[in-house]
Amino acid sequence: MLRYVIHRMLIMIPTLLVISALVFTIIELPPGDYLESYVAELQSMGETVDEQQIAFLREQYGFGAPAIERYFQWLTGMLQGDFGYSFEYRLPVSEVVGDRLFLTVLVSIATILFTWLIAFPIGIYSATHQYSWGDYGLTFIGLLGLATPNFLLALILLYFANVVWGTSIGGLMDPQYLDQPWSVNKALSVLEHLWIPVVVIGTSGTAGMIRSLRANLLDELQKQYVVTAKAKGLPRNRALIKYPLRSSLNFFVADIGNLLPRVISGAELVAVVMSLPTTGPILISALQSQDMYLAGSFLMFLATLTVIGVLISDLLLAWLDPRIRLSGGSSA
Amino acid sequence: MSGTDKIRQAGNDRLEHFVSDEPFDRNPLGAPLTPEQEKFYLASQWKLMWWKFTRHRLAVISGLFLLLTYLAILIAEFLAPYELHSRHPDFIYVPPQQVRMIHDGSFIGPFVYGTHYRLNMENLQRIYTEDTSQIYRIRFFCRSDPYKFWGAMESDLHLFCVEDGGTLFLLGTDRLGRDVLSRIIYGARISLSIGLIGTMLSFSLALVIGGIAGYFGGIVDLLIQRLIEILQSFPQIPLWMALAAVLPVTWSPLLIYFGITVILAMFDWTGLARAVRSKLLSLREEEYCLAAQLMGAKPQRIIGRHLLPGFMSHLVASATLSVPAIILGETALSFLGLGLRAPVTSWGVLLNEAQNISVVALYPWLILPVVPVILVILAFNFLGDGIRDAADPYA
Repeated sequence: MLRYVIHRMLIMIPTLLVISALVFTIIELPPGDYLESYVAELQSMGETVDEQQIAFLREQYGFGAPAIERYFQWLTGMLQGDFGYSFEYRLPVSEVVGDRLFLTVLVSIATILFTWLIAFPIGIYSATHQYSWGDYGLTFIGLLGLATPNFLLALILLYFANVVWGTSIGGLMDPQYLDQPWSVNKALSVLEHLWIPVVVIGTSGTAGMIRSLRANLLDELQKQYVVTAKAKGLPRNRALIKYPLRSSLNFFVADIGNLLPRVISGAELVAVVMSLPTTGPILISALQSQDMYLAGSFLMFLATLTVIGVLISDLLLAWLDPRIRLSGGSSA
Repeated sequence: MSGTDKIRQAGNDRLEHFVSDEPFDRNPLGAPLTPEQEKFYLASQWKLMWWKFTRHRLAVISGLFLLLTYLAILIAEFLAPYELHSRHPDFIYVPPQQVRMIHDGSFIGPFVYGTHYRLNMENLQRIYTEDTSQIYRIRFFCRSDPYKFWGAMESDLHLFCVEDGGTLFLLGTDRLGRDVLSRIIYGARISLSIGLIGTMLSFSLALVIGGIAGYFGGIVDLLIQRLIEILQSFPQIPLWMALAAVLPVTWSPLLIYFGITVILAMFDWTGLARAVRSKLLSLREEEYCLAAQLMGAKPQRIIGRHLLPGFMSHLVASATLSVPAIILGETALSFLGLGLRAPVTSWGVLLNEAQNISVVALYPWLILPVVPVILVILAFNFLGDGIRDAADPYA
C-alpha cells in the first residue's frame, strides 16, 4: 500500500508541471505585457503612475526576460507561496483569493455528496427495474438535467427560491452576515443558500452517474454468483446488497476523477450567474480585464484541486479494492 | 535508385496480396434457408446496423428531428418571419403574441390581434394588451422583411408573415424590439454548425492522435496517454474561458467564430482519442488481421479495409455523443460574454440577454432560446445511444 501511495504521489509532480506549463502558455498568449496596459490604463484615467512601483514590479516579475526564464520564476514563486500580483486589485494574488477557494471547495464537496445521494438510489432502482416505466422516467429526468444549461437552471431556481421562500438573491449567505465572524446563524444562512448551486451543478453530473451505476450493476447482476445466490433462496435484497452493490461501489469512488473536473467547471459557471463569493466571478473578471497572473493562479489552483481530488479518490479506491493497488504500480 | 524502387524491392520479399475473383459464396454449406433467414443472413453489415437502429424508436425520432433542424438552418432566412437585425422601436419587450383561429364566434383562419401599448407611469413598466378590434391574418409564402439569403442573394419571401400594419412576435421581442423567434432560427445556424464543425475537428484530432498512440504503441503511446489524462483532469470550462478571453478583440466576428470552434475542439478530442486507441489495439489482435497480414496485405490496406470499418461505427457513436458538449460549451461561453460577439447570433448570445434575475421575473420569454438547446442536446444523446447500440449488429 505504502509503495502505491508514494508512487501515486510522485505521478502528481509531472502532472502539475505540465499543467503549470499549459497555464503559463495561456497567460503569455495575449499580446503586450501587463505592465504596459496597466500603465496605459492608469494614464488614461488621469492618475499618476508610480514609476517606482512599476520599476519594482518589472524587476520582481522579470518582464523582458525570455519566457522560459519567467516561467521558472513564476513556478518557483508559486512554490514559495508567491502567486504573483493582481494588477486589477493591486494586491498579491493570494490575498485576493482568500477564502474564495475554501468556498469553492465547500460547494464542490457538497455537490459531489448531493450527486451521490441522488444517483445511488436511482441507479439501483433503474438497474433492478430495468426497462420499467420508472427506469425510463428517471433516465429521462437525468438526461434532461444533463441537457439543460447549468447557468439557466440556476437563474430559474434562484427566482423561484426568492419568490417562494424569500431567499435573498445572490451570494452564499444573507447580506447581514457578510464580513461577520462565523456563527451558527451564519452557517445556517450559508446552508439555506448552498442548496441551489449544489442542485444546479449536481444535475449535470447525476445523469452520467446514474447511467454508469445502472450499467455496472446490470453487468454484476447477470453474473453466475447472483443467479446461484437467488437459486439457493437468498432474499432479493440480500442478494443485491451483499456483493453486487459492493463491487459497483468501487466505481462510485473511482468516478470522482471524472466528476470533479465537471463539478468545478460547473461551479465556476453557476457562481458567475449567482454571484457566489467563490472563485468563478473573479476568474471571469480577471480574464476579461486580462489580469493574467490572477487568472493563471486561479486556473492553477483549480487544476491542483482537481488533481488532489483525483489522488484522494485513487487512494480510497486502492484501499477499497486490493486488486487495483497490486496492478497499479506497474501500469499507472 | 528512387525511393519508390527501394520500397518495391523491399516489398518483393513478401507474398503478392491474393484477392480471389470468384464471387463470395455466402452460404457454402448449401443448407436451405427460409426467405426470412436468407434475408437476415445475407444482409450486409450496414443493413443489419440500420435494422437494429430502427428498433430504437427514440433514436430514429431524434435523428429525424436533427435532420430537419439541420435542413432548417440552410433556409433560416426563409423560415424566420423577420430579418435577424430588424428592430421595431415601438415594440420593445412585447410578450409572445397568441395565434388565434376564431374571432367573435366566427372562424377566420390563423390571425393575431393588434397590440396596444401603455406605459405604467408609476414604475415605468411597458404594458402591452391585445387590441381585439384589430385583426391581422397570417399569410404563407408572402413577401415582407427583405433579407440577403446567405448574405448574397436578395429576397423578401418568407414562409409566413402577417398582414401589413400588424406584428407577429410569436415568442415576443427583446430590448431592441427584435423578434425572438426569428433570432432563435438564425441563431440555430451558428450554434448547430459550431457543434458540427467542432466535432469534426476534434474527431480528426482524435483519429490522428489516437491512431498514432495505438499504431506506434510503446513510449509514444505512454506519453499520449499521460497527456490525455492531464487534459481530462483539468476543469474544462475555466480553460475554455481563459483561451476564449485571449482571442484578440480586433478579430472579425467570423474569425472569432472559428477561434471559438477551435478552442472548443481542442479539449474535446481526448475521450475520442482514447476510444480510437483502445479499439485499434484490440482489433489489431483479431485473427482476421493476422490472416490479412499473412496474405500479404500492406498496413494501409489492413487499416483502411479491415480495421477502420470495424470501429468506425463506434467512433461515429462517440462523436455523436460529443456534439452536445461543444454546443453547451459555446452556449456557456457566449452567455458569459467570452464567446461569440454580436452581430454573430447564436443561442448562447441570445441567452446572454437573460443574464440576470430581473429578466426571468419581467421578461421570461427571453430565456426561450434554451428550449432548442435542450431539445437538440437530448436528440443528440438519444441518437448517439441508438447508434452505439446498433454499432455492433452481431452482438
